[in-house]
Amino acid sequence: MSAAADAPARGRALTAEVPRWRVTLGLLARTPTAAAAALVLLTVVLVALFDDQLAPAGPNDVDVQARLQGPSAEHPFGTDDLGRDVLSRVLLGAQVSLRVGLVAVGISLVVGTLVGTLAGFYGRWVDSLLMRLMDVLFAFPALLLAIAVLAVLGPGATNAMIAIGITYTPVFARVSRAAVLGVREQVYVRASRSVGASDARLLLRHVLPNAAPPILVQTSVSLAFAVLAEAALSFAGLGIQPPAPSWGGMLASGRGFLEQAWWMAVFPGLAIFLLVLSFNLLGDGLRDVLDPQQRSAMEAGRRRIRSRGKAEAAADARGAA
Amino acid sequence: MSAQTPQPAPQPAREGARQPVLSVRDLRVRMGTPRGVAEIVNGLDYDVHPGETVAVVGESGSGKSVSVMALMGLLPRTATVTGTAEFEGRDLVGMSDAQLRTVRGNGISMVFQDPMTSLNPVLTVGRQITEGLLAHGDLPKRAATERAAELLGEVGFPDPRGALDRYPHQLSGGMRQRVMIAIALAGRPRLLIADEATTALDVTVQAQILELVARLQAEHGTGVIWITHDLGVVAGIADRVLVMYGGRCVEDGVVDDVFDAPAHPYTRGLLGALPARLGPELDAEEPPELVTIPGTPPLPTDLPPGCVFWPRCPVRSDPRCEREQPPLLEVSRPQVGGRPAGLPHRAATWCSEGRP
Amino acid sequence: MSGYLLRRAGQSAVVLLGVAIAVFALMHLVPGDPVRLALGTRFDQAAYDALRERAGLDEPLPVQFLGWIGSAVTGDLGVSFRSGEPVTMLIVERLPATVSLAAASILVALLIAVPLGTLSALRPRSFVDSAGTVVSQVGISVPEFWMGILLILLFAGVLDWFPPGGYVPLSEDPVGWLRSLVLPALTTGLVSGSVLTRFTRSSVLEALGADHVRTARAKGLPARAVLRWHVLRNALLPLVTVTGVQLAYLLSGVVVVEIVFAWPGLGLLALQAVQDRDYPVLQGAVLLFAFVFLLLNLVVDLLYSRLDPRISA
Repeated sequence: MSAAADAPARGRALTAEVPRWRVTLGLLARTPTAAAAALVLLTVVLVALFDDQLAPAGPNDVDVQARLQGPSAEHPFGTDDLGRDVLSRVLLGAQVSLRVGLVAVGISLVVGTLVGTLAGFYGRWVDSLLMRLMDVLFAFPALLLAIAVLAVLGPGATNAMIAIGITYTPVFARVSRAAVLGVREQVYVRASRSVGASDARLLLRHVLPNAAPPILVQTSVSLAFAVLAEAALSFAGLGIQPPAPSWGGMLASGRGFLEQAWWMAVFPGLAIFLLVLSFNLLGDGLRDVLDPQQRSAMEAGRRRIRSRGKAEAAADARGAA
Repeated sequence: MSAQTPQPAPQPAREGARQPVLSVRDLRVRMGTPRGVAEIVNGLDYDVHPGETVAVVGESGSGKSVSVMALMGLLPRTATVTGTAEFEGRDLVGMSDAQLRTVRGNGISMVFQDPMTSLNPVLTVGRQITEGLLAHGDLPKRAATERAAELLGEVGFPDPRGALDRYPHQLSGGMRQRVMIAIALAGRPRLLIADEATTALDVTVQAQILELVARLQAEHGTGVIWITHDLGVVAGIADRVLVMYGGRCVEDGVVDDVFDAPAHPYTRGLLGALPARLGPELDAEEPPELVTIPGTPPLPTDLPPGCVFWPRCPVRSDPRCEREQPPLLEVSRPQVGGRPAGLPHRAATWCSEGRP
Repeated sequence: MSGYLLRRAGQSAVVLLGVAIAVFALMHLVPGDPVRLALGTRFDQAAYDALRERAGLDEPLPVQFLGWIGSAVTGDLGVSFRSGEPVTMLIVERLPATVSLAAASILVALLIAVPLGTLSALRPRSFVDSAGTVVSQVGISVPEFWMGILLILLFAGVLDWFPPGGYVPLSEDPVGWLRSLVLPALTTGLVSGSVLTRFTRSSVLEALGADHVRTARAKGLPARAVLRWHVLRNALLPLVTVTGVQLAYLLSGVVVVEIVFAWPGLGLLALQAVQDRDYPVLQGAVLLFAFVFLLLNLVVDLLYSRLDPRISA
């Protein structure tokens, strides 16, 4: 009982002395899994930035003589059906994966947060209209929505970003709306309003900073979903088009050579898995540090099981797509 | 109760030769926490006799609830309980879970604070009463249902049979607490522990529940431990009172003795927060709200070396207060015909005021 | 209860209408003439005219929409641009494969999640708990199609226990059906099971701390009875909801897994429709998925209100 009693006091004391983001980082660094995940992510980012220096061969250095060779000193991840170095293609695929993931989540984040904030802030018909629209998007299975959008826009990296971005917009709208609703009625917002602050100012100064933690957590988790979705779309032939190196696309071509060359499918898949795992672990760590209540609500869905809990469970389910 | 000066057990003079139903000696509870070892209960001694009501009062965090949960073996595994607690001659401390199970709900029953959460929301009332009956005796199911209806009638349900099929959320708070009492009475316990059993209820319902327990107690001769922070309740129903602070008993005795001449500054502080003299009827109109003593109770991981109350004490008349734990000593003893009779009034304080 | 459900059904109907409009609009946003695109190199004026006529593409858009949605309500989703066959028939053909896979997957998921999640919650920070946490985190992060490939490499390649892909109808060969089902069901089941394990663990943990569990223990109930009636009974109720969501997702076609195992389900149908620019099929499939998703959510709500007495009040 003592620990429970003074833990909040300790947290308060800390935040009073140092900025919140530093507290967050400090706490995060002390979570081993989150720290490890951050390290992996940093590595992936570095690989993506310096891939042409790091990769031993070009992405499309075809060498038919050396096709379908197993892992060796020269080709640690083996070669594919055209004799291209799998390691190089995996390294070069990092950038594509990250870029599609970041841009897609960026789209969801901006559009979704805007929609959710407006809905939560203005309530009434604005809320109903916007959130019903989001419900419509939410009623599609995630990957199928992306596929349908790509059916219209045509395959390709840019369109994949848009398709994935649209798919994950409702999640951000719901999370930010809930956060805004929670903050809106708090005393200081009402106080500011009575002083005559404009809506925009209120949103920027008071509501958004307080809605930030759950949105940040959602961003990390969505990055994991987005990377998975891009890989799945590319695997299905709708995302990044060959011969550009993408992990999903490499897996798709590797599927045709499972019996001869397991390495063609195993290594790109491992790369996807590690990246996604890192985003998920970082998201979990952030959730623990920033918003423990949201975690329990997401996982257990106690009070909100009937509405929000289910939406989030659905979000989890969609992430698996 | 101080560790260094164990007191002889108070003799149950009033009850004559009758054995206490529960006899607690030097009960201690420690719990490991991330911030060190929490000393939650630090040496309690008391007896409960058949038909008697002992009130344990104190602020939240004083260890009063933990001390009774320890008797029932309901604390988490991280807790260590030492001392003895003899229930009908068997020591509850150190009993295996299987042995404790034969006592729980059978010899000793408990009614908890919040009737909203203490009942399982997805099982019917009848089921929640009968499962206890079925666990303890080889009663046929039909008979258990009969008995459950009987119990519900006893605790004041106008339609006991209909109530069997109700779910907790279909009942009011007071009715739910009656269900809790019916569950507690199911095993015909010799000891009933009520842990803040009326705190969550509004005052009229509270008075009804107190009356109900008093009536059932008189009928069955049950011993009762009533945990509360409401001194009005204590005055209304208890025979004896035990004031807890920082996991220790700082004062105990017959209710009238303690209330008329409180010896410990903490008890005086508690009573000072009360309006005039009270009875159950009076506090039904004006529930006394605790506590107006400034400051907060000590953390069980960080108890003061001297008197536990010292950091908040308005008196601090003795230099030993800060350094040395005061032993629980007799303040007075009721006299009958020039000879001491009944239970002593004891307090753990260095304060000379209030002592005879 | 009925009032609540009626309101929920009404909301779902509105969302479904929105979905129908969205699907319809999406397909008509496609630049170019969909029929010409669909026919591609097989272009022939007579077939072209017939298709346009049957699809009603010469009518104004609102009329087309009303016609489409009107027929959809009666189960007529139009004809495939590609094969000329009714879309409804194409979908119905795929149903057994999809339903088999979804049902088997959810079974695998629950068989993993309920014991593992419960044990983890009962012994927090034990070996089982740590293992469960790692397994579920891995399961949530692993790309399904990669997992499928790994399973094929191991169980179809190295061990040669199960076929690497393909679907055998139950009516033709029950044993073959079961064998063909194992690997795909394991793939999707492990992923869904990971989500459900996490959920079960936290749900049971929360139930363990509930006040009524203390009451049950204070009654002197045996530990097993406390666990079964006061912990699991309460903790697994919300699992119904999450399982429903997972099932909806599984029924909506796990496209990539279907590709990996060459599983002729609805997901693969939709994907082929995209590749063939066969818009009536895609429209029909997507509409069906959204319908199934919303319907399952409703069913779950109904079921939940039956199981949890608090809601039927």
